[in-house]
Amino acid sequence: MTDNHHYHDHDHHHDNELDPFAARVKALETILTEKGLIDPAAIDAIVETYEHKVGPRNGARVVAKAWAEPDFAEWLARDATAAIASLGYTGRQGEHMQAVFNTPDTHNLVVCTLCSCYPWTVLGVPPVWYKAPPYRSQAVINPRGVLAEFGLKLPEDTRIRVWDSTAELRYMVVPMRPVETEGLSEDELARLVTRDSMIGTGLPLRPGSLGPGALWPPEADPGAGI
Amino acid sequence: MNGPHDLGGQMGFGPVAPETDEPVFHADWERRALGVTLASGTLGAWTIDESRHARESLHPATYYSASYYEIWIRALEALLERHGFVSADELAAGHRIWPGVTPKRVLHPADVAGVLARGGPCNRAVEAAPKFAAGGRVRTINEHPEGHTRLPRYARGKLGLIEAVREGFVFPDTNAHAKGEAPQHVYTVSFDGRELWGQGADPALTVSIDAWESYLEPV
Repeated sequence: MTDNHHYHDHDHHHDNELDPFAARVKALETILTEKGLIDPAAIDAIVETYEHKVGPRNGARVVAKAWAEPDFAEWLARDATAAIASLGYTGRQGEHMQAVFNTPDTHNLVVCTLCSCYPWTVLGVPPVWYKAPPYRSQAVINPRGVLAEFGLKLPEDTRIRVWDSTAELRYMVVPMRPVETEGLSEDELARLVTRDSMIGTGLPLRPGSLGPGALWPPEADPGAGI
Repeated sequence: MNGPHDLGGQMGFGPVAPETDEPVFHADWERRALGVTLASGTLGAWTIDESRHARESLHPATYYSASYYEIWIRALEALLERHGFVSADELAAGHRIWPGVTPKRVLHPADVAGVLARGGPCNRAVEAAPKFAAGGRVRTINEHPEGHTRLPRYARGKLGLIEAVREGFVFPDTNAHAKGEAPQHVYTVSFDGRELWGQGADPALTVSIDAWESYLEPV
């Protein structure tokens, strides 16, 4: 679907070991290792963390708990950093969290127009499109056009609230709980929460429609919270 | 600076083109790029603000044709050179040639989990009371500094509403240039879509930024 897209072309033509940029990164790692400035095993540990431990399943658990427990939702609205930390999700690019709640009248959308600020502790590292110029340029001026690209069409009178992450606050969207989810457990609710629904470029799944985008069941260690 | 990174409201970059079921990394070098960038940050020689400024200081033609990990690596090379850890001839050779400076610390594999779980909080106590209160009207300044700033161009000289008074935070405009943390109160300031984009704006749009106190003037 993205074959004609410049930024994706660019990523994919780096996608082999003979690529000059792959060689450049390898050279840099070699120099730093030879100089004792980095330990390749530390690099492995960082990669392992963000590839397999810290990701949007964390955020899905936060949202599911907020749906299930009004007291937790209130805490999340008042002090998101502490409420999220109570589930074990703390650290880099999640030091100062703010949760913003969708309502029947208002849809929230998160962007970083200046770089790639993103709540890593609950969503992991950002997807390519979040960091690329098309999204960063258009989210603040034409959010409905952006949402349409994600297949999300909101009623015209739904207010759109865009949060540009220009400082050190990191935003996560708490989408509205889907209908017909009474009686579902927190784990079952978490399965309905997609990454994009926590950025604002999507909505949660409906029960019975689990498919692409579902974050559950987890493929990796569900207990990891760093 | 009015650099290539300041993208809000720009046009012509084409569709967002979200990728279905994209992997966390698209190539192995991206894994190494993330790890090397984070590990180098723990050397203690530069701040996150200086590293952001290094990225936005890339030539616009480079910035716009690079993937984000490529932007990170190009900026990292510049930071490592600036702080004396590596030299241009080493980057060209791909091997150590000179001893280089000694870092404050080197990230040990056993410390990775703790370092990432602690993060780097940048809230700071500010003695002065906040100048503005929630619900107040403000205008953003219209300044175009050559150095680092986090006030995007599309939100300069605009009338906004203080939605929330946040904590004090390290001021990036000084901290990026080794001029101190100089913390200030931060405010979430919201703007009506028409204030930013004129009469053609989506009538149901509100955009907010997080602004340091010196970005704001009373009205």
